[in-house]
Amino acid sequence: MVEYILRRLLATIPVLAVVAIVVFSILHLTPGDPAAMIAGDQGTEEQIQQIRQKLGFDRPIHEQFYVWLVNVSQGNLGVSIFSNKPVTELLAQRIEPTIALTVTTTIVTVFLALPLGVLAAWHAGSLIDRSVMSFAVLGFAFPVFVIGYILIYVFALKLSILPVQGYVSISEGFWPFLQHLILPSFALGMSFTALIARITRASVLEVLSQDHIRTAKAKGVPTAPLLCSHALKNAAVPIVTIIGVGIALLLSGVVVTESVFAIPGVGRLVVDAILSRDYPVIQGVLIVFALVYVLINLVIDVSYVFLDPRIRY
Amino acid sequence: MKIKRTAIAALLGISGALSGFQCLDAAAETVIRSVPIGNLKVVDPIWTTAYITRNHAYMVWDTLFATDANNTIQPQMVDTWSTSEDGLVWTFTLRDGLLWHDETPVTAEDCVASLKRWSKKDGMGRSLAGFTKDIETVDGKTFKLTLTQPIGFVLDALGKIDSNVPFMMPKRLAETDPNEQIKEVIGSGPFRFVAEEWVPGSKVVYRKFEKYVPRSEPASLAAGGKVVHVDEVQSIYMPDAGVAMAAMASGQIDLMESPPTDLLPLLEQNPDVTVAANDPLGYQLFMVINHQQPPFDNVNARQALLWGNKQSDYMATIVGDPKRWNECPAVYGCGTGSESSAGSDALMGFDTAKSKDLLKKAGYDGRPITMLDPADNSTLHPAALVGAQSLRRMGLEVKVEAMDWSTLTQRRASKEPVDKGGWNIFITNATVAGIANPLIHTFSKNCDQAWYGWPCEPKIVELSREWALEADPKKARALVDQIQTLHMQNVTYIPLGQYRPAIAYRKEISGVIQSPSLFYWNLKKSN
Repeated sequence: MVEYILRRLLATIPVLAVVAIVVFSILHLTPGDPAAMIAGDQGTEEQIQQIRQKLGFDRPIHEQFYVWLVNVSQGNLGVSIFSNKPVTELLAQRIEPTIALTVTTTIVTVFLALPLGVLAAWHAGSLIDRSVMSFAVLGFAFPVFVIGYILIYVFALKLSILPVQGYVSISEGFWPFLQHLILPSFALGMSFTALIARITRASVLEVLSQDHIRTAKAKGVPTAPLLCSHALKNAAVPIVTIIGVGIALLLSGVVVTESVFAIPGVGRLVVDAILSRDYPVIQGVLIVFALVYVLINLVIDVSYVFLDPRIRY
Repeated sequence: MKIKRTAIAALLGISGALSGFQCLDAAAETVIRSVPIGNLKVVDPIWTTAYITRNHAYMVWDTLFATDANNTIQPQMVDTWSTSEDGLVWTFTLRDGLLWHDETPVTAEDCVASLKRWSKKDGMGRSLAGFTKDIETVDGKTFKLTLTQPIGFVLDALGKIDSNVPFMMPKRLAETDPNEQIKEVIGSGPFRFVAEEWVPGSKVVYRKFEKYVPRSEPASLAAGGKVVHVDEVQSIYMPDAGVAMAAMASGQIDLMESPPTDLLPLLEQNPDVTVAANDPLGYQLFMVINHQQPPFDNVNARQALLWGNKQSDYMATIVGDPKRWNECPAVYGCGTGSESSAGSDALMGFDTAKSKDLLKKAGYDGRPITMLDPADNSTLHPAALVGAQSLRRMGLEVKVEAMDWSTLTQRRASKEPVDKGGWNIFITNATVAGIANPLIHTFSKNCDQAWYGWPCEPKIVELSREWALEADPKKARALVDQIQTLHMQNVTYIPLGQYRPAIAYRKEISGVIQSPSLFYWNLKKSN
């Protein structure tokens, strides 16, 4: 097992190298000029050229890549062209809201989706099943921003019980922190809940048709332990896989939610950086995201061993 | 288990108590929470001309002179100044009590270094530097500007309101290469920039600078006493205007510096919100034409554009409410000292038939016209679509190329033929305050030195220089008419109307100064 984990960790190096090359190449092949953005609309060509020189963008691409790679390999992700702040500092400022939103969304999702999925499987074909599946379809169909607007309208504007936007750090109090995350978590968690509910239903349904469940039923095991200990546990591998992938997607895919609820997270950081061609920020954030993806996948793979003793590495 | 529960309860209690204390603390302070015009990415107002940076700079830095509401230049950091009889030597003395935010005194040396840095970046600054023989300190509070010949725009340059504004910085910052960004934000303005609370792309915090000494005159545009009535301003960038509007309705936000025009009717219906015109001059929308590529390298083809575009089409689309826009033939904007309608028959005439005739005369061969469309800009994107439709109405074949603004800023620099990555037309805007006279106008330079589109009419540059040197207002006026006529004959570019953005704020806010840049001095917030 330890050997497997080490092997997987070593495998992240070529993965990150490929990500670095692809990200750098795509960025520098994409049109757009940060120097022109800095100079502003009234900036002259001469001013833009001078800024470009100062930033080193007039140097050959391979030279720029080499300098960046050497810095990254030393843990230096560079400095934002615009704000002059180190990328690591920008990430540190933005990571808390994104992690907080991801965690609360995952909690909301898992607590909603698992019971719904199990319930639908247990009552397969019934009205309950159809209702859960209809909810799943709606969850997929509604874009996050529409759900966000509806939640804001109802809970913030009409009922005035939750704030419209913003983020409050947990260090400023647990309730204000939670208050600001309730609406974004529900908005973001809707489609994720739908996905996990569907996967849970399918997995549990398959397990419910197996012999050991029939035997447990025949032996008189009550419904709750039957579903939780026998069915859900055996259906856990695909469910955990989708939750893990979902967490990775949430970490990087909270852009819309962060924009709608004005949450200063990593998603917005990277989108703003893309729009202004802040190369060091984009490159740095994407490298970190790639690393997070690899690690989450590793955690998921390792968790299989605990969920299914038949799996060995 | 009981211990665990007790611990959790205690933690929640402490957390609640702490947030309670914070509420009490916050209640004691007056904080304005506003949504700015954009995302503050760059903090150096000399390094960039971006309006959001200019607005930020007005909080932190002060100016030697400033423009008042009557368009007159008034002293700001300067106490007294004098001019020698021959008009060559200007002496400026700073007023008492000026301090940097690190509480060291502002000196003449700081101002000289700041002016030198500014004059390497700003158009008007460079013009002033062109006539400057020397600039030197006399004593701790006095400095002297010696010119090579008398000019009429010294104070206009030092008191200009639009980017790049000559903000005064400490010498150690002002000595930064103008093509590099300053490393710290220390000014002598009415607010301190709280660097440790700055989250780029999200929040900027400014605290009242307690030791700022405002002038005794009442505030008037950028001039007068900058009296601060609040403890803190939090500038919170919100990419979603609809949510910003909801936040203002719920009282989470006090002010929106630039609400989108399509939301204004909704904001106006809210009894807790005031919607007012902000900048009395506003913006000029304009069409930039590439003079180096066919068919618009031919003046007849450009004249065709002048006859075929209708300002009201653009204004009605991007602004809507007629209260907020007007047709304006003046290259230097309407409501400015250099307003002129000379030679604008074609611009205001709108005649598609004439336009078609002129295109025929220009030998237009049906080649597609490439129009750059910044699809991520809520004002310029619809303007580009109206432009494309107007061009098609004239009989031109139009290819609209959608891109983000960043791509457009790179593409517009290309002088290549259209099929090799060049372009023919794009539409953009500028504050009228920033184009209000021949010296600061976007198209004040010529040919290869000119702004994008590279119009070539040497006479315009000559006359602009004459205007700068002319002290007689009547003669200066006549020169403006001549320049305007030349712009129209040559079709340097096409003004597409003037519009005034609105500002929205809650009823608790008062003392808003109408200006191209929202100022937070003079603002009051009642609880």
